[in-house]
Amino acid sequence: MSATIIVGVDGSEAGNRALSYAKRLATLIGDECTLELICVVEWSPYTFQTTEENALRKKNRQEELNNANSRVIEPALKSLEESGIKGHGRVMHGKVAQLLNSVALETNAEQIVVARSTEHGLSSRVFGSVTAHLVMSANVPVTVVS
Amino acid sequence: MKKFTILITALASLLLMSLSSTVQASESIDAVVNEVFGAATGWFVALIFAPIPGTSFPWIVLWLVTGASVFTLYFGFVQFRSIGHSIALVKGDYSNPNDAGEVSHFQALATALSGTVGLGNIAGVAVAVSIGGPGATFWMILAGLLGMASKFTECTLGVKYRNEYKDGSVSGGPMYYISKGFAERGIPGGKLLAGIFAVFCILGSLGGGNMFQANQAHAQLTQVIGNYPGWITGVIFASLVFIVIVGGIKSIARVTDKVVPFMGILYVGAALVILIFNADKIGWAFGQIFTGAFTGLGVAGGLVGALIQGFKRAAFSNEAGVGSAAIAHSAVQTNEPITEGFVSLLEPFIDTVVICTMTALVIIITGQLVSDPQTGLYILNESGTILTADGSSGVALTSAAFGSTISWFPFILAIAVILFAFSTMLSWSYYGLKAWTYLFGESKKMELTFKIIFCLFVVIGAASSLGPVIDFSDAAIFAMAVANIIGLYCLMPIVRKELTSYLARLKSGEIKKYKDIKK
Repeated sequence: MSATIIVGVDGSEAGNRALSYAKRLATLIGDECTLELICVVEWSPYTFQTTEENALRKKNRQEELNNANSRVIEPALKSLEESGIKGHGRVMHGKVAQLLNSVALETNAEQIVVARSTEHGLSSRVFGSVTAHLVMSANVPVTVVS
Repeated sequence: MKKFTILITALASLLLMSLSSTVQASESIDAVVNEVFGAATGWFVALIFAPIPGTSFPWIVLWLVTGASVFTLYFGFVQFRSIGHSIALVKGDYSNPNDAGEVSHFQALATALSGTVGLGNIAGVAVAVSIGGPGATFWMILAGLLGMASKFTECTLGVKYRNEYKDGSVSGGPMYYISKGFAERGIPGGKLLAGIFAVFCILGSLGGGNMFQANQAHAQLTQVIGNYPGWITGVIFASLVFIVIVGGIKSIARVTDKVVPFMGILYVGAALVILIFNADKIGWAFGQIFTGAFTGLGVAGGLVGALIQGFKRAAFSNEAGVGSAAIAHSAVQTNEPITEGFVSLLEPFIDTVVICTMTALVIIITGQLVSDPQTGLYILNESGTILTADGSSGVALTSAAFGSTISWFPFILAIAVILFAFSTMLSWSYYGLKAWTYLFGESKKMELTFKIIFCLFVVIGAASSLGPVIDFSDAAIFAMAVANIIGLYCLMPIVRKELTSYLARLKSGEIKKYKDIKK
């Protein structure tokens, strides 16, 4: 039986902690485990942009995808390969909690692994942190690495 | 000590004398700018607003109304049939999740709206009702409703014929759809007409998109902080615009574009509060609007006067048929160009039918227009416009109307006007630049030349008086509609083909909401 684990990565130290823990889980589960690495570029279709920003959006989006792939996904996949763990990676635009959950449902994942986010300040107090959102809304078990 | 006092007094007198001569010199700069500008643009204004022989009706107004009516009939009242689908598109119900990160329908609409919602809604409406009376509002609403079909046509074509470059950037607008669409249909003269549009678009961006904005922002500032020469406002505004469009300091533009929508909501909110406070007069105000629409209620030109003002100010405010929106909407991510047509038709509705009507109602309800209590007809001043409670016109009239109920609102309105003016200027600097580079090629040197000319016109606009500026702004914007609507007539069969195909696929279930596909 195969097992998929979704891992939220962003190239930060916290993201790397989540990746390390997921690798440990994969090693314990064995060959049947696949890690699905997701790097989310925060984006909302309901923001206000200038005309020029709109005209350059396609170009900027491609740059964001390329940067996230080369900076976050490729090094992470390389480290999985070195450890002999199967994995895929993708970069997505949108809301972190919503996207991690939707990929988990799409791939029938066993669980989602994320690191505790380091958000603080007013916005996290008012709107709650991304991690809290994910824990509250996810349809699969979520492991939050401290 | 006495000597010292004399010295101080002498110095102070000298300073006062030099200050007064500076102010005089400043005022004379304004006068010269005004005179030269009025003389240079008079012929152009006269040509665009020439009346139809034997009537006092400007041919350009008939041109716009006919265009909007033809599109309304040709597309079977699309603006009324598809409004629900338009809203679903804006909500993102039909957006492919794999396209996340691209320009959404909402963003394209919001960007286009921030270019159109602005002084046209605040100052333009005040001009309309003070010249055409409350009846102008009726014609303005009608023009807004018909204009939805013009917007639908031009924005569909804007997306269909946009240029997508290898680096991922996008350019679209009437220049592109006229030249490419005409070639596709085998109609000659596409390149020439596209070139004519581009020339008028540059003039429009310098007129309505720039000078009118600078002029009214200055008018609002003098209302709040007292009278001072217009060129000073012009230089400050021009410097800010220069920093953004030449210096590339995008953060200012981003902040403006984020604050402007909230200012818009605040404006509508304040108008609603005033209407609620005066709820008993709303019926009377609509009565004035309907009676005035067909009798004129004593305004100069009667029914026709009200109609001309209503249509003129609606077109100036929502820019339907002008072609500017097609540039703004063309960056949207969609595989179906017609979807942006559906979304864009909400723009004249929000801009004119909702916001302009609110401004007009506030001006009418708060009793800014003086009428003769015995005859019920409006009293006109020497210049033929309706006498207002405090003699103000343009943005000052709207400010007085809001201030009569919410005393502190003129200060908020002053900030809103300045932000609206600034954001409209930035949008139009982009439209003008696109037309400029279409004509002269995409090079850094050419871009810089246009941007510097644009900044110079900010100063001219702020220094001139309202009359010549508003005439030139109207003429330049409407001139764009001349070329654009000819293009739309020639290309409307393409839009109808797109519409028929899309509606058939929507009906058959081939095009589905993404959330339904998931299920």
